[in-house]
Amino acid sequence: MAEAHYHSLTFDASRCTACLACLRGCPTQAVRVTGGRARMLDDRCIDCGACITLCAEGAVRPLTSSLAELTQFDYTIAIPSPALYTQFESDVSPGVIHAALRRCGFDDVASLSWSCGAVTHAIEFVLAERRNGYPWISGFCPTVVRLIQVNYPDLIDHILPVVAPREVAAREAKRKVMAKTRLAADRIGAVYVTPCSAKMVSIIDHPGLDRSHIDSVVSIRDLYHLLKPAIREAADDGIVRSEPETAAGMSWAFSTDLPSSLPAEDTLSVAGLPNVVRMLDDIEKGKLGKYALIECHACPEGCVSGALTIENQYVARARAIRLRHSLREDAPIDRADLLKRHQAGEFLLTRPIGAWPGAAPDRDLAGAITRMKQRERIRAYLPGIDCGACGAPTCDAFAEDVASEQAEEQACIFVRQRQIEGIVKHLAHLVSPGGAVTDSPQTAAGCGQPDSLPAASCAVPAAKGHQ
Amino acid sequence: MAGQEIRRSYVIHGGDFANGGRASTALKDLLKVLAVPADVMRRVAIASYEAEMNVVMYATRGTMNAAISPASVSVTVEDEGPGIPDIGLAMQEGWSTATHEMREMGFGAGMGLPNMRRNSDQFEISSEVGHGTRVWIRVAVPER
Repeated sequence: MAEAHYHSLTFDASRCTACLACLRGCPTQAVRVTGGRARMLDDRCIDCGACITLCAEGAVRPLTSSLAELTQFDYTIAIPSPALYTQFESDVSPGVIHAALRRCGFDDVASLSWSCGAVTHAIEFVLAERRNGYPWISGFCPTVVRLIQVNYPDLIDHILPVVAPREVAAREAKRKVMAKTRLAADRIGAVYVTPCSAKMVSIIDHPGLDRSHIDSVVSIRDLYHLLKPAIREAADDGIVRSEPETAAGMSWAFSTDLPSSLPAEDTLSVAGLPNVVRMLDDIEKGKLGKYALIECHACPEGCVSGALTIENQYVARARAIRLRHSLREDAPIDRADLLKRHQAGEFLLTRPIGAWPGAAPDRDLAGAITRMKQRERIRAYLPGIDCGACGAPTCDAFAEDVASEQAEEQACIFVRQRQIEGIVKHLAHLVSPGGAVTDSPQTAAGCGQPDSLPAASCAVPAAKGHQ
Repeated sequence: MAGQEIRRSYVIHGGDFANGGRASTALKDLLKVLAVPADVMRRVAIASYEAEMNVVMYATRGTMNAAISPASVSVTVEDEGPGIPDIGLAMQEGWSTATHEMREMGFGAGMGLPNMRRNSDQFEISSEVGHGTRVWIRVAVPER
């Protein structure tokens, strides 16, 4: 049994109607429906949040924190994803949103702009140091990292070993607050305001880091109704400090645009899980070796379209582009100092990222081949229409489930129907004048069934025996 | 274990750039399900893709046949096409007969055949001008 992985969402059985929406829409086939309830396969789910969006019953819940949970800290710092700035009317500036976050109870608000700029430089340092015929794949989207851990174990070594701007921002903000307040590190809560549940994954179980610098994650969706009135009040107050966000910071909120200081001909940006999958497939074939860096977002428009955002994703994207034009350029950065810090490892991941054992269920190839043959035998008598009625997303997945004894073949309604047809044929054979008339009552009695029951339930083995 | 082998056959259409690469992707996905070691998978993926794209670029039609056993993965790509007059020349890095259009699409760097050889443990190529070309590669699976 593979060790359990942390997941940032949970299925609420009491709300699930087994409608199969999540089963059909899950990009990694990580949902099964058994006993009328959907459940997640621990070693296949990559926390993309597609099921959260697809479930009309609200049965898939993100496991982000509530504001009430933040009382455990003496001092809280909100660290907004740049996506937050795209969720309100265009005249609401990042500065107003920061003021509104303070009104909602945060003691401090830290912008990602400095760390986005710093991380961009760190990426340049890494790109200058190491090229090996493969592009680096950005690992800032936790879902993309999980996708690679589950389905692309051979590409793990090509995940860019640079720490995400949100982590750098949390570390720097906590340092500042510790110096200012003299509080111990564990009394200060760095709270990421997130557009998706996947960021929970990176604080509980951060691949490549011993531990995350972020202590808690609150979703834009949960904060939205508090921020709306707080923004009105903050705007009325008129006390907005200088704009905290910069153009560079906004670039990180959406796809199709890279950190502006990287040479465009060396980098590609891809968004949306199916597109990321195609990109990773091409990288595996050795097709994209001339690129230095490929930036991957699991969500279709990047972070502005995360499952826990409120605003229409295209409206949000348009606002991000507008904001990037109107905000000032990068926060001032001392590149020489940054290089020193980079060389000291401040912006680098500290541990190797591991593949998931689920990606390799059989330790030896001979066992895997035997199981594949078994799976092919089962697959041959399935209808191939991927109806989902068995509770697996495709006939292939169902064949695999049966081969690995996770499901029974009778869960397929077509297999059952064929068995019933066999029984009917057998019964017809028994009663027809030309049939070998043996004594169906005796057969039934021989099965030990009460006389009142139809013989069908015990005729299955007999029917098989005739074929 | 005799007979413990998975076989797959894929059809490749010459000139079909839109679908070029599907056969090697399908083979790669199968190797992943079988949890073939990552390095073996990677080498087969690169070599089979190069072989597939050679059919797409130069031949009329072809087939890719793969066999996966506990000891190795072997891939045979055969095509009906113009054939290669001088294999020794074609095996040289940087030698290519790709058209300008192919080069614009990122192919034709003259690395296809050398890449296949580099990414396999055994490599065989035979060709008959006017009839077609056959490439066979084998990647050994190291003992675990």
